[in-house]
Order: sequence, then structure tokens, then C-alpha cells
Amino acid sequence: MTARFTVGDTVQVRAATPPGHVRTPYFIRGHAGTVTKVAGVFANPEELAYGRPGTPAQPLYWVQFAQKDLWADYQGSDKDTAVVDVFESWLEAAP
Amino acid sequence: MRRHHDMGGLDAGPVEQAEHDYSPWEKRVDAIMRLVGDDKRQLMTVDELRRGIEDLGPGAYDELNYYERWISSITNTLIEKGVISIDELGRRMDAVKARWQASV
Repeated sequence: MTARFTVGDTVQVRAATPPGHVRTPYFIRGHAGTVTKVAGVFANPEELAYGRPGTPAQPLYWVQFAQKDLWADYQGSDKDTAVVDVFESWLEAAP
Repeated sequence: MRRHHDMGGLDAGPVEQAEHDYSPWEKRVDAIMRLVGDDKRQLMTVDELRRGIEDLGPGAYDELNYYERWISSITNTLIEKGVISIDELGRRMDAVKARWQASV
């Protein structure tokens, strides 16, 4: 599977709240970040979690967020970042 | 809605930083998970382990400790897959309990 995004792209995490097992933490949903690495292509854990084969495999990205964007009351530096693993199905091109 | 286990960023009190030794039963639970998930058996993945822990629900998730969550998830998954039956498990638990009571 070809990765849709590349390093440097600005991406938006879907603000979805489906039931069941997902790997996208709540605190980044709806937020925009920057791709810092295309980490590889992996069996989809949302499928593996239910005993299925995890196909099609999904590209996984490292996405970097500004801490001040994630937390309304963030007291640290504007330069502080958080990097989170996010599978491609959770990402859209930033508007 | 936000699921209970997905608590990143919420207040949770101080982090317990002290190291501790694992009890024999905790090591055994770890070993069981490695055995049921190995290449030979492939009965269960770590993804299913994690899903099962999340599906324990808020009460059990908070009250059970780490390896209690693991063995609860492993047990439920192996029952669902027909690897063990509830009857078999219940009888074996009674037998183990009786053996332990006889020894103390």
C-alpha cells in the first residue's frame, strides 16, 4: 500500500469517536499536526483486535503536534511538541 | 464518546515510581500470554489482549491490577474462541482452590 502522506505534510486527525478498539488517542482527535516520519506499513490493529487478519495493511505515521494546541491550559514553551503514532485511516489532508 | 481507558491528559494523581518484584502468578500470566500468542499456537494477539482489557469496562479497569486485567482478557478471549470452556475452567478453578486449601 502506498503512503498517502509524506514527511512535512500537515495533516488533520479525524474527530471521530467510534466504538471498539482504536489506536488514536482521544487527546489528538480533531487536531492538526505535521508528519515527521512514514514509519512503515502494518496490519491494521483495529482488525487484529477482533481476531481478523488486519488487511489491508495500513501506513503508519509519526505525527508531531504542538503541546499548546493539544492542551488549553498548557504552561510550557510554545516550542514543546508531542509525537504520536497515527494510522492513515485516521488522517485527512489539512484544510 | 471518549472511552474510559483513553485517559491521556486527564488528572490521575501522582505516578507511582517505586519498582517492585513480580509475584510468581504475575510471571505465569505473562508466560501464558506469550504461549497463546506464539507462532506455533497463534490463539490470540496482543491486539486482542488490549481490546479485551478495554472491554472490561470502567469498574473492572480501575479495580483490577495490571496482570489481573491481562488474565481476565486472556480468559474471555479463549472462551470466546472455544479454546477452553466455562465448565472446564470453573471445575479446574475449584480443584486448584481445594488443593491450595488442603496445603495450608
